[in-house]
Amino acid sequence: MLYNEPSPLETKVLSRRFGLPDSASLATYLATEGYQAFLKAAGMKPERIIEEVKVSNLRGRGGAGFPTGMKWSFVPRNSPKPKFIVVNGDESEPGTCKDRVLIENDPHQLIEGVLIAGLAVDAHAGYIYIRGEYRYLIEIVEKAIAEAYAGGWLGKNIQGTGFDFDLYAHTGAGAYECGEESALLESLEGKRGIPRIRPPFPAVAGAFQCPTVLNNVETFCAVPAIIRDGGAAFAALGIPRAGGTKMTCLTGNINKPGVYELRLGFPVMRMIEEVGGGIPRGRKLKALIPGGSSCPALTAAECEGATMDYDSMAARKTMLGSGGVIIMDDQTCMVKAAMRIMRFYAHESCGWCIPCREGTTWLRKILVRFHEGGGRRDDIDLIGDIAKNMLGRTFCPLGDAAAMPTISIVEKFRQEFEDHLDGKPCPFEHADHTWDKPPGLSSDGRSSGA
Amino acid sequence: MTFSPQLESRFETLLKSYPPGRQRSALVPMLLYAQDEVGSITYELVEEIAGRVGLTPSQVNEVVSYYSMLRRKPLGKYHVQICTNISCLLNDGDKLWEHACKKLGIGHKGVTADGQISLEEVECMGACSWAPAVQVNYDFQHFVTPEKLDELLESLRKKA
Repeated sequence: MLYNEPSPLETKVLSRRFGLPDSASLATYLATEGYQAFLKAAGMKPERIIEEVKVSNLRGRGGAGFPTGMKWSFVPRNSPKPKFIVVNGDESEPGTCKDRVLIENDPHQLIEGVLIAGLAVDAHAGYIYIRGEYRYLIEIVEKAIAEAYAGGWLGKNIQGTGFDFDLYAHTGAGAYECGEESALLESLEGKRGIPRIRPPFPAVAGAFQCPTVLNNVETFCAVPAIIRDGGAAFAALGIPRAGGTKMTCLTGNINKPGVYELRLGFPVMRMIEEVGGGIPRGRKLKALIPGGSSCPALTAAECEGATMDYDSMAARKTMLGSGGVIIMDDQTCMVKAAMRIMRFYAHESCGWCIPCREGTTWLRKILVRFHEGGGRRDDIDLIGDIAKNMLGRTFCPLGDAAAMPTISIVEKFRQEFEDHLDGKPCPFEHADHTWDKPPGLSSDGRSSGA
Repeated sequence: MTFSPQLESRFETLLKSYPPGRQRSALVPMLLYAQDEVGSITYELVEEIAGRVGLTPSQVNEVVSYYSMLRRKPLGKYHVQICTNISCLLNDGDKLWEHACKKLGIGHKGVTADGQISLEEVECMGACSWAPAVQVNYDFQHFVTPEKLDELLESLRKKA
C-alpha cells in the first residue's frame, strides 16, 4: 500500500514495483524481472559480485554511509565458521519511515538482495531483524519467505544452482539502540541491546561470533538492481562517490509529506518546493534536518545550494544519514525542537556509557526547564558544553547522535534561546496551532498528490 | 503454563530458527508474542520462558527490563500509542496527546476504569511522513486529527 502519491521527479529503481497490483507477491515479483539478478549472480564468481557492488558506489543507507562493497570484502573468505547475513530493519531514527514502505511493497526485492549477499560472502543463513512496532511487516516478510521457500527461491539447492540459504524474520521489542549494528546483534542473540566493543567488527565476529554482513534494508534492496543492470549503471544514477538513489522521507512542515525515491545529489530546495510542494500556510523554511534527528540541523540559508548526498552534507558539517528529512517552518520553536529531540535520546540511551547516559539526562532536564521559562543565561553555553563532552566518548554513536543536533541548534539559533530567558514565555507558543488540515491532504487525510 | 496451539507452534518455529545451542536468540520474540496472548510479562511467564530457552529467571528479567514494548502490568484491551517525537510534534502531535489525555481522563500508561483503553506517549514509530501518527495495539493510524481520534476512541469503546 502506498501512503502518498509518487512524484514525477522520482527515479524509481528500488520503488519500481510500488503500486503494481499485489506488488508484495512472488508472482508479481517474478513477472517483473524478480530473482533474475540472483540467477545472474549465481553464475558469477563471489569476487565479481563484490566488485560490481563496489563499482556501483552503493553506500550504507542506514545512516553511516559506509561503502557496501568494501564492507562485504572485509568478510574473511577462509573462515571455518559459518557466515551470516543480517538485515537491519529496526528503522527507528526519528524522521525515517522508508524501510517500512520497501518491505511492505516489495519484500522479495529484499530477500533477493540478501541471497546475493549470501553468494558474495558464502553465507547460507540470514535474519531479517524488524522493530517490534512493525508487526504487520513481520507478517508480510514471513509470508514472502514462505512463498520463496515454496517457489524454490530459498532452502536447499535454490533453482538448481547448488546454493543453499535459509532466511528467518526476527522481531525486536522496542529499542532505538538496537538499530546500532552491534546492539542489534546482541538483541538477536537474546540479550539487552547494548553495543559491543569494536574491533572485532561484525564482518569478522558478528552474529553468534561468526563473520556477518549486516546492512540496512534499503542497502540490500539496491543490490538486485546493481547486479541486474550493472554497477556502473547504478553509479550513474547518482553522483561521483555516491551511486544510485535514496529513499527520502519528507516529514514535518511540508505540503506533500511522503517517501520519495530521489537520485543522490538532488537539490534540497527543489526537493522541498517541487517534490514536497513547499511549506504549508505560506510559511518560510527555518531549519532542516537532512537525515534523521541525529544529524546537525541546517539553516534555511545553508539549504540553498545544498544537494542530498554525502559530500554536500559533509561540507555543511551535517550528514545525509538515513534520508529522514525533517522540515521546520518559521513558526517552529527551536528550543522546543532541541528539547523534544533530547527527550528521545535520554529515553533511548541504553545506559552503558556514562557520557551518554548522564549527558542525555542532564541535557533533557536543562532543555525542558529552559523551554518552560526557567532557563539561565549560563545554560546556553552549558548545553553546548555538555553536548561537546559527549562527542566521541561513547562505544556507539547514540551519544554523538544526541549531541550533534543539540550543538547545531544552540550555535545556529542562539537568539531563540536568549528569547526564552528571564521567565519570558515561549515566543512561538502563541502561533496558530490550528487543526486545519495541511493543504495537500484530501478529506480522508491522505496526501492528494501532485 | 499453557498457551494456545498457535503460540506453541510459533515457539517451536522460533526455537528452530537459530544455530544449535543458540536457542536464547528466541527469547525476545517469545516474550513479545507471549505478552500478546497473556497481556503482560508475569513472573510465571518469565519462569516458563526461562525454562524453555535454558536461562534463569533473573537472566530473562534482565532482558525484559530493557525493551520498552515489554511490560510487567497489563494495559487496556486497546493500547492507544501517540507519537510526539519531532516529525509528529511539527504536526501538532503534542496537542493530540493532550487532547487524548483530557478526553480519556488518564495519562501516560494509564488505563480507563473499564480496562478497555490505555494510553501511552511513545517515541518515533516510523510513520514520520504520515504524521501525527497513532498506533492501536499494532495497527497504524496516520494523519490523525483530534476529530479522527475522538471517532477512533468511540469505536474502541463500543468494541466488545
